[in-house]
Amino acid sequence: MDYEKLLAPAAQSMRPSGIRKFFDLAADMPDCISLGVGEPDFKTPWAIRDAGIRSLERGHTRYTANAGLKELRVEISRYLQRRMNLEYDPQDQLLVTVGGSEAIDLCIRALVQPGDEVIIPEPCFVCYEPITALTGGVPVHLATRPEDGFRLTAESLKQAITPKTKLLILPFPNNPTGAVMRRQDLEEIAQVLRGTDVMVLSDEIYSELTYGTERHISIATLPGMYERTVVVNGFSKAYAMTGWRLGYAAGPAPVIRIMTKIHQSCIMSAPTTSQYAAIVAMRECDDQIEIMRREYDHRRKLLVNSFNEMGMSCFEPQGAFYVFPSIQCSGLSSQEFCQRLLQEKRVAIVPGDAFGACGEGHARVSYAYSVDHLTEALRRIRAFLAELKG
Amino acid sequence: METLLSLLEKNARLSTAELGAMLEKSPEEIEQMMELAKEKGYLRGYRALVDWARVNGGADHVQAMIELKVSPKKNRGFDEIASTIAAFDEVQNLLLMSGGFDLMLIITGKSFQEVAQFVAMRLAPLDDVLSTATHFVLRTYKKDGALYEDEEADERECTVQ
Repeated sequence: MDYEKLLAPAAQSMRPSGIRKFFDLAADMPDCISLGVGEPDFKTPWAIRDAGIRSLERGHTRYTANAGLKELRVEISRYLQRRMNLEYDPQDQLLVTVGGSEAIDLCIRALVQPGDEVIIPEPCFVCYEPITALTGGVPVHLATRPEDGFRLTAESLKQAITPKTKLLILPFPNNPTGAVMRRQDLEEIAQVLRGTDVMVLSDEIYSELTYGTERHISIATLPGMYERTVVVNGFSKAYAMTGWRLGYAAGPAPVIRIMTKIHQSCIMSAPTTSQYAAIVAMRECDDQIEIMRREYDHRRKLLVNSFNEMGMSCFEPQGAFYVFPSIQCSGLSSQEFCQRLLQEKRVAIVPGDAFGACGEGHARVSYAYSVDHLTEALRRIRAFLAELKG
Repeated sequence: METLLSLLEKNARLSTAELGAMLEKSPEEIEQMMELAKEKGYLRGYRALVDWARVNGGADHVQAMIELKVSPKKNRGFDEIASTIAAFDEVQNLLLMSGGFDLMLIITGKSFQEVAQFVAMRLAPLDDVLSTATHFVLRTYKKDGALYEDEEADERECTVQ
């Protein structure tokens, strides 16, 4: 069989993850320290795990309603009201999905037709482009810049919009840069979008992990934006529930209805055990988020400070759990830097260009690790730089 | 101050520069805060967590918890007997408890005999000690927040994130 001929070209041309390559290398090095993963080091809070166990004991082992347990949707709607100032009707504006990832997939598939353009601000999480390409959409990459705090600017958005633009991906707080969009930044974006037919997929999976006094603001709360925004969020990052695979989408009823139809065909319903556990997460665990957030904040400050001291200038991220220092002082490319750091000092970080071409010159460092782990890694990176300059 | 103390409680080896970075203070300010914490008696010292059960296979290291019932004194309550007992080098921890007994001791010795000897010869004969109950520690699973079992491996390996 000539599989290359058989397999769909759009699927075959998906680029291999630049992150994968590094982890394969790192996996064979026993003394390697990784700062690479993008999931919390915390365990899911006990109350949530317990709720999952209880649901199994009681035999809740069947499918749920396609859109997710009614009780969970009600809790999500209360949560969004309480913490994000967003109002959605649990009846027809919320859909429980298999992680935020499925919600992203559904939203793009529900909206994008072949030839439609999807604006993707970069650097960003690596899934938007392949999903867009698989639907026949055209990914339009939009570089954000360190001098703008890696925020999306109205100016660059305006230039990227064409009559074919269908969807803007708004991935903030951002993986890998840690950038956030403040109210003023969002207002400027909203001004560009009002009066157009461009929809927004606001990926707010890191919305609980912002630092400093200002909380995350959803673009859907701005006048005129609610009707053109699908908010994607989930339990993975805020509640350290990555393995439970549970997220959700909230948006205008007609869009959610179509997304639910696709979900119904592909997935049926999100994992039942996870849904029961998530009810308790929403009801009882606001304080657990705060405990984790504080811990991340200490680590964040430690990393930003250390990288700046080493001469790897580091923009201060206000969200997520990554820092994105510049590696330019080394004179190496992102790939070279990360490869040599791995080989010479056994520290795995992810080259910035894995998140889009404009990530070149940077590297992503995750602080979803204990302080002990981080200080050892910093020590090695410091030694690496010293030897380079040697 | 509380945040500094809880960071130190988890890892006392962090440098003042590292602590300063985490708390947005200069190393000098951290130094001053630690001095103050010592003066006020918040910081009682910096110790290593040693798992003696792994050193020489745990030979020469026996630990026991001892429950004591004592008769308190009219004016000084439990303080007098407590300070007498605290003076013994073998006594590592001494706590006044609510409930079925009064004082709890954690003591270490080289062997069961040595611990038993200590209880029989020095503790029990004290005038105010009414009774003792000795419990030997068989195994430590967790101490001061640190797991003494083998560390769990980091299972996280998902790479497209």
